[in-house]
Amino acid sequence: MKTNWLLSAALATTALIVASTPATAATKFEYWYGLTGDLGAVVAETCNRFNASQDDYEAVCVGQDGYENAVQSTIAAFRAKQHPTLLQSFDAGTADLMLSGEFYPVTKLMQDTGVTIDWSDYFPGIANYYSSKSGEFFSMPWNSSTPVYYFNKDHFAKAGITEAPITWEGMEEAFKALKASGQACSQAYAPSSWIDLEQFSMAHNVPVASNNNGYDGLDTELLFNTTLHVKHMENQLRWINEGYSMIRTAQSGKTARDSFVEGECSVFFSSIADHNTIHKLKPAHAWDVQIIPTYEGVTRTNTVVGGASLWVLSGKTDEEYKGAAAYLAFLATKPEQQFLLENSGYIPVTKSTYEALKAEGFYANEPYINRDIAMKSLTWSEPTELTRGIRLGSFIQIRAEWTAEVQAALAGQKTMKEALDTAASRGNDLLARFARTYPGKSFP
Amino acid sequence: MRRAYFKTSWVAAALIAPQLLIIFVFFYWPSVQALYWAFTLEQPWGGGNTWVGFDNFTKTLSDPYYWSSVQVSMVYALATTALAMVMALTLAVFVDRQLTGYKAYRVALIWPYAIAAPAVGLAFRFVFNPNAGIFSYINTVAPGLWDPTQVGWQAVLTIVIAGAWKHVAYSFIFFLAALQSIPRSLIEAAAMDGARPLRRVFELQLPLLTPTIFFLIVINITDSFTDSFGIVDTLTGGGPFRATDLMVYKIYSEGFRSFDYSGAAAQSIILMLLVMALTFVQFRYVEKRVHYT
Repeated sequence: MKTNWLLSAALATTALIVASTPATAATKFEYWYGLTGDLGAVVAETCNRFNASQDDYEAVCVGQDGYENAVQSTIAAFRAKQHPTLLQSFDAGTADLMLSGEFYPVTKLMQDTGVTIDWSDYFPGIANYYSSKSGEFFSMPWNSSTPVYYFNKDHFAKAGITEAPITWEGMEEAFKALKASGQACSQAYAPSSWIDLEQFSMAHNVPVASNNNGYDGLDTELLFNTTLHVKHMENQLRWINEGYSMIRTAQSGKTARDSFVEGECSVFFSSIADHNTIHKLKPAHAWDVQIIPTYEGVTRTNTVVGGASLWVLSGKTDEEYKGAAAYLAFLATKPEQQFLLENSGYIPVTKSTYEALKAEGFYANEPYINRDIAMKSLTWSEPTELTRGIRLGSFIQIRAEWTAEVQAALAGQKTMKEALDTAASRGNDLLARFARTYPGKSFP
Repeated sequence: MRRAYFKTSWVAAALIAPQLLIIFVFFYWPSVQALYWAFTLEQPWGGGNTWVGFDNFTKTLSDPYYWSSVQVSMVYALATTALAMVMALTLAVFVDRQLTGYKAYRVALIWPYAIAAPAVGLAFRFVFNPNAGIFSYINTVAPGLWDPTQVGWQAVLTIVIAGAWKHVAYSFIFFLAALQSIPRSLIEAAAMDGARPLRRVFELQLPLLTPTIFFLIVINITDSFTDSFGIVDTLTGGGPFRATDLMVYKIYSEGFRSFDYSGAAAQSIILMLLVMALTFVQFRYVEKRVHYT
């Protein structure tokens, strides 16, 4: 009796599976992505476009409500062997994945599946970030950005500032001029490890951590409490205390971007990806973007890419890998890069696409005017040992430690130097723990 | 009344088996897994782990920020429990006295319990917003006085109020039920002896309510330790500068955001022991003062 019951249940399940399989023999593969809202819709649309463009493969794309959630869910699924073929992950979440080796480097994937990709066409600032020491791409660059600052042109004109400064000294002058012109808030400030620490250190060619920012080994120690970064954060604090900057965060009820769009504060720093969003929000004032400033007397270097890349995970079938390769190659084509650019604030990842878009006059029309200032920042110099990127374990937690300590300093609980020292020493504990978790391993 | 019972114990065993299975799969198994992870360094993507003995515990317990997290969790648990229960009891007494509109209150007061914690957090974010919320009136009177994004104790106050608000409903239901189960004749007798309403509350109803009060203290404190995540996440994000970094929130951020599964497992074990210890203390010492009828 019991076996019969089980058997019929099994048969019923099989029948259901058979019934739900579509008539076409398209190979399905899953893709989990972290982008949400409008941008999540863009990802979903790329899948639809891919599925419509050919009959062999079907990308099943599932939004996971944020990068962090996407990585968390994928880890859980991976441990249960139910993981997707493709994962969109942000940089800070991939140190563990890199060391686990549970991924299929895209360079190898493309070779194995016979898909040709011109890897040298990728901008070095992007290529270095997502590839191993030997130059093999781990993951596929896709939605890429870099920080810039947004400024209120009307406020600047009223204050008599003719050119948006590209030095911090010039920025301070601008703050003073804005204040003198009656502008109550010059900068809407929200401490951001990505901008204030990581990209700042890139542009100034100063280390965030030893071992060339972690590339050369796991026995890495944080160095940001010993570099120009300290002076910069002390300046940020001083600008708040002197009444030029105001803290605007989501917790305080108004983000820096909202404050800027409303015309409350004249300047705010963010990713170039916000360019599109601000256009949509239609501020009543004229505005523009500029590269992040550097201090005088420093030779400026390139900033690095932010955003996310697409990882191919291990343990899937050859057919699924072929589908994933086809999808990734599809995303890298010029029309698809352009589709992403037109529907978001992201930047092109290959030189040929960027040149073609420039030649077509893409950046001469609103809303794209000056958006490629991000390219200028990203390609300012050839990447140096210190501006390839950052490879640190527990990086999300290190960022959180930095943010919490900086907040304490901004609230006057401790000096900025003390705060950064504490953040670095706590971060070092995390790095030591991370190294112990992966004994004898190093970043590929 | 006829009493039903089973002759053979296997029927009883079979009937409780599904429940036991659920408890095993969703409670004991993860707990044992967490216990194991707490003594190792677990690689999140699999691929093995290293046995480290009590390292995760010593690391956690030697962290000064961990102790401030324990401290603020205690403050949160005790304050929300006290605040929620006093408010719930007051409201229940009024509803029990059948003041005007008590039927509407009775329904309205049960609603908050049905609202998800993140929604509560989000709603209170507007209430406490220093620039635009109701609390911003404080700032129009005394500029800069109210800013939970900068002042730690104010941030703690916001999560306490939000947490208590959510817990009021639960306690209210129990208090009201308990009050209504007190025989009217007792109250009337006291009234005839000349006891005013307030005196009747303190000398008659409250002593009769002690079993309910005790039950609610245990439940509310346990709940405050384990169910505060949604409110913290939406209202303060653990900030400013860790002022509201409750133990559960710390476990979440270290375990799930930075993939330190072992450290988070060790913290979960400590939290579990703490809640067990607190419950033990309550049963051992507080229950002595409870009079069951």
